[in-house]
Amino acid sequence: MIQFERVSKRYPNGREALTNVDFFVGRGELAFITGRSGAGKSTLLKLIALLERPSRGTVSVNGHSIGGLHARHIPAFRRQIGMVFQDHKLLADRPVFDNVALPLVVAGAPLKEIDKRVRAALDQVGLLGKERMLPVELSVGEQQRVGIARAIVGKPPIIVADEPTGNLDPDLALEVMRLFKRFSEVGVTVLVATHDLHVVREFVSREITLSGGQLTGGGVDPLPSLVASR
Amino acid sequence: MTPATLVTRHTQALLGALGRLVRAPLATVLTLLVIGLALALPAALGMLVRNAQSATGGFARAVDMSIYLRSSVPLARARQLAVEARAVHGVASVQVISAAEGLRQLRKYSGFGAALDALPSNPLPNVLRVVPQPRSSGAAALERLQRTFARWPEVRMVQLDAQWVMRFDAMLAVLHRLVSIAAILFGAGVLAVIGNTIRLEILNRRAEIEVTKLVGGSNAFVRRPFLYTGMIYGLGGALLAWLVLEGAVLDLRAPVAHLAQLYGSAFTLNGLEGRELVALFGGGMALGWLGAWISARRHLRGIEPRA
Repeated sequence: MIQFERVSKRYPNGREALTNVDFFVGRGELAFITGRSGAGKSTLLKLIALLERPSRGTVSVNGHSIGGLHARHIPAFRRQIGMVFQDHKLLADRPVFDNVALPLVVAGAPLKEIDKRVRAALDQVGLLGKERMLPVELSVGEQQRVGIARAIVGKPPIIVADEPTGNLDPDLALEVMRLFKRFSEVGVTVLVATHDLHVVREFVSREITLSGGQLTGGGVDPLPSLVASR
Repeated sequence: MTPATLVTRHTQALLGALGRLVRAPLATVLTLLVIGLALALPAALGMLVRNAQSATGGFARAVDMSIYLRSSVPLARARQLAVEARAVHGVASVQVISAAEGLRQLRKYSGFGAALDALPSNPLPNVLRVVPQPRSSGAAALERLQRTFARWPEVRMVQLDAQWVMRFDAMLAVLHRLVSIAAILFGAGVLAVIGNTIRLEILNRRAEIEVTKLVGGSNAFVRRPFLYTGMIYGLGGALLAWLVLEGAVLDLRAPVAHLAQLYGSAFTLNGLEGRELVALFGGGMALGWLGAWISARRHLRGIEPRA
């Protein structure tokens, strides 16, 4: 579902965030990307969502290399990826409903369907009944779950989450991770970047470890011949 | 995308834009005022020129031409010439003023009665007064008629007070050009005002635009509400300009009619008409859209999500 082949990313300021990263995550898999801050976790997720382009190597999503994707097709591509952020990135002046509905609205879904699916998504994260509230009226954990509802409302085949539990206490963090686990069980590919190893260890799951921009564990190389030739 | 969802999206963008404008009434009204006045100025000038034109159409009809015949031409011949003159293209009517009649009028209106009585004989020639058809009362047509009559051997001179008609025509041409220049300048002003307003709006909503792009909103989707905002500003400004002009016309109508009456004309001031209204509202909307489009193109490009 998501494949990195010898991917490197060097930022314009000269910092090399990723070096020769190879890994493959299959459909319905839940994978944690771990490593210290600055290890390249966020960069890796940005490459998947085309928020950044790799300097070298190929990123493939759903079997297609996304390197050559024209800017015009990026919006449609992003609708296939639900993104969750540590700082939620909610619209502060819009109620919960509007925030969750945004991906459906930009996709041009009919109003009736928007209404139905927003409620379903809020139900899944346990926030049904809070549609009319503004994000500031919610707790941090609830805000994070609004962000998750927004990520899943369009039923994307892939969810990427960047430090989704960074601001949560351990119980809430575990609850959020269980949500992700549930999504993966229904066939969604979930990639979660986190430095919260305690939470990760609660799950029997892939752990892709980054250190200084290099893969130090958990990459499953789909092309063994390449490994042999190295 | 189906037509239904397209309509839904545009309705959403339009309502969203309207909602934002209504929620910031003071800023909206001030912007509309600037745009409205900028549109009203060239529109007022254009209306003025058109009214001046239709007013002088009335004056030009009052223009006539005096053909002074040689003193040797007798009254009987003058009557024959009048019949011939009537047949000339562009002539509405011809009146013969005999030398005797001319002297009688001169005595009556000039106040030189005693002096005229002292003259041994009537020094005045027979005169034909030619009234041109309204269609032929433009400066060029009058000059053509003048040249035609001047070529007749019996004619000593043709007096035509066409100078002022020509000057007036030239003045109108200058005013016409002025209207175009004003329209371009104030149109550019409207573009700048709307462009800048949209720029500020885009910067204010930067976070929202970023998030929208993050969840897969296309540039067209992000741009659409701004284009509607621009169009609403343009249309609202045009409406305001129209109201201002209607008010001005209402206020000016009575004094202008009085002035025209003193000149013996039934002229009345007219407000904006069919094509002008279409131009004002269409132009306002187009300027609003264009200003917003230029601004959105320029400033939305710089906003890319950086998660």
